[in-house]
Amino acid sequence: MTSAVQTATRKALPPPTERYTILGWLQKNLFDGWFNSGLTIVALGLLYALLRPLLNWAVNTARWEVIPANFNLILRGQYTAEQVWRLWLALYLLAFVVGFAWAANTKIIQGELIVLFAVPLLLMLVPFFDGGIRINLLIVEAAGLVGYVVGRVLPQRQSRLGVYALLIYAVVLLFILRGGSGDTGAWAAVPTNLWGGLLLSLLLAVFGIAISFPLGVLLALGRQSKLPAIRMVSVLYIEFIRGVPLISLLFMAQVMLQLFLPDGFPTIDRALRALAAVTLFSAAYTAENVRGGLQSIPRGQYEAADALGLSTFHSMTFIILPQALRAVIPVLVGQFIGLFKDTSLVALVGLFDLLGVARTVLGNPNWLGTHQEVYAFIGLLYWIFSYMMSYTSRRIEARLAVANR
Amino acid sequence: MLKGKKIQTVGMIVSMVVGMIIAACLAPAAVPVTSEEPAAPVAQTTAKSTLDIVKERGKLICVGNSALPGFGFLNEAGVFSGFDVDYCKALAAAIFGDPSKHEIRATSASERFTVLQSGEGDVLIRNTTWTMSRDTDLGMNFGPTTFYDGQGMMVHKDSGIKTLQDLNGASVCVQTGTTTELNLADQMAAAGVTYEPVVFETADEVTTAYEEGRCDAWTTDKSGLVSRQTILAEPSAHEIMDVTLSKEPLGPAVRHGDDQWFDIVNWVVYATFTAEEMGITSANVDSFMTTEDPNIKKLLGLEGEFCAKIGLANDCFVNVIKQVGNYGEIYNANLGPDTVFNLPRGLNSLYTQGGLLYAPPIR
Repeated sequence: MTSAVQTATRKALPPPTERYTILGWLQKNLFDGWFNSGLTIVALGLLYALLRPLLNWAVNTARWEVIPANFNLILRGQYTAEQVWRLWLALYLLAFVVGFAWAANTKIIQGELIVLFAVPLLLMLVPFFDGGIRINLLIVEAAGLVGYVVGRVLPQRQSRLGVYALLIYAVVLLFILRGGSGDTGAWAAVPTNLWGGLLLSLLLAVFGIAISFPLGVLLALGRQSKLPAIRMVSVLYIEFIRGVPLISLLFMAQVMLQLFLPDGFPTIDRALRALAAVTLFSAAYTAENVRGGLQSIPRGQYEAADALGLSTFHSMTFIILPQALRAVIPVLVGQFIGLFKDTSLVALVGLFDLLGVARTVLGNPNWLGTHQEVYAFIGLLYWIFSYMMSYTSRRIEARLAVANR
Repeated sequence: MLKGKKIQTVGMIVSMVVGMIIAACLAPAAVPVTSEEPAAPVAQTTAKSTLDIVKERGKLICVGNSALPGFGFLNEAGVFSGFDVDYCKALAAAIFGDPSKHEIRATSASERFTVLQSGEGDVLIRNTTWTMSRDTDLGMNFGPTTFYDGQGMMVHKDSGIKTLQDLNGASVCVQTGTTTELNLADQMAAAGVTYEPVVFETADEVTTAYEEGRCDAWTTDKSGLVSRQTILAEPSAHEIMDVTLSKEPLGPAVRHGDDQWFDIVNWVVYATFTAEEMGITSANVDSFMTTEDPNIKKLLGLEGEFCAKIGLANDCFVNVIKQVGNYGEIYNANLGPDTVFNLPRGLNSLYTQGGLLYAPPIR
């Protein structure tokens, strides 16, 4: 609220004219006078003392060869080796769709776009990747470029096309990964119990977020509904889900569900059960986050929408939700990052997500005692993806200028 | 009105979900709960035998471990490997003549029994200790023990600790939630020793803590102690005490209520023992096809219809031996001298060599 008042009076400042060289920056920020110089030196000494054992371990003691040796396992679990080209196909398409969606959304070339295009090229530098992987990465890069060019050819900005492309991709992706029904051949079925590693973690997270978000918004609206039945059901659902730990839902879905189903009921796919548990869980929290946003919208907005004669549906989609959701972006992204990390709980019910494969790598007699290396590596992977999400959310906030309204 | 109906349906679905969740909350996620539930799966199995279900499905599902060195893990190529996994393969070979027709349903220690009871797996082969309460309360039938383990204790060599009494006042690192922790408490109480347990969630944490000196000793099954000792920074600075805190007979288990299936599991395991006793290996099994020895002929299905009695093709044991191996081969491939474990056979030798492996005759 205060920021909204301030913007009115704030003047645009001229860009800074002063530019520092590295040495100049060092002098201004670290060696500004004898006291600060002393502080800097003491701090550096402390840092060195703290980090030295860690660096020593990382460089001398750690058996990093465990990572390249199990790299395929960490990335894709037990996914059939002959069918790995399908994963690459999915990546080519992803690069194409992302490139397309980006160009369809905005024609301005931004820093993030360049970073995005640099990713496959940077990955090619990973020392233990063989030629095949590098070529595939090149194709991914090319597919992304093609997608981007196609997107730019569009006469005007059409963000919706990009969204549709992503939605279609989600369906196609599942088809590519799952394959047909046969056991052999190019399009052999790869049952989901073979999906694993980073692949499974990301799929659970992405689909969990994509499904739980609309569900959560519906629940939040339901909780505010004037119809007592809907309101009660929403409140019951939200409070019950929030009252149990995720792991109990997962246990329920993986272990107990079969006991409740009637005889002869086909076994429900286990990855799907995990996804359902994660999604239902996250939806309840999303609902509460969104409700926070809804309640931050001043009464006047609702009344204005009513005064315009908008139906409930229209006033929600055009007036209330856009403002409410924008207000809760940071919370929602926090929730989604939490969901991504929570997917690691599926390792406890016998699925091979990132944590699950890490545990099985540690069960391999060839790699006994490499838990520090393995956990450090998957920790890094989790960090990279979580940071990407939080970075993206900050960019979205900046784009929507949330703080300045 | 249509809207109202929709709401009702949604309400029903939601309340069903909620109801299930309440049930989940009321039932603690621990093992014993399953003991109250065996009615449903038993009814299932009498309706259709486990063997029929397995054959119809086209593959065997073993409830297994995915993170126990030497017993069950995914190797670098993403394929399950280990001692328990080989027994799953042996069963698949006996049933289908093809050891690859199996799937390992990886489970944690706490959910393994529930997964077997709910029918999501056909047989439990997951380094499971045969105990009376599991055999009775949990509605399990335990097959022949495939691995005799016992709980041991590792100490620093220079500590001079030789007996449990020497551990008075010492701290002992132990993995939580296992029978190991309980055995430790029982044995220490019996010996009248006061000690300080330091509990951790995983074996990795326990060993790391022990190496860092956070405890004077650590305890787990002796096979685990041996394998972990090889990867300590200075293996020779530690020793495994000459005490056994508990008996840990590990073997396959099946649900109550399907005797034919139980027989299949039993006799496939016995066949691996018998094959070793007779010197039949995966390499030389073909050369025995012309044998005159009636005992060998019975094992290999050349005389009598022994496999047929348990509902399988008459060469079922040949498939087990040829495609997986006899007991000694399975042991050596996973735990023997060529592996990092280099575990002495000890109790796991044939009875003819002073061990406990003794198969009833196939006759």
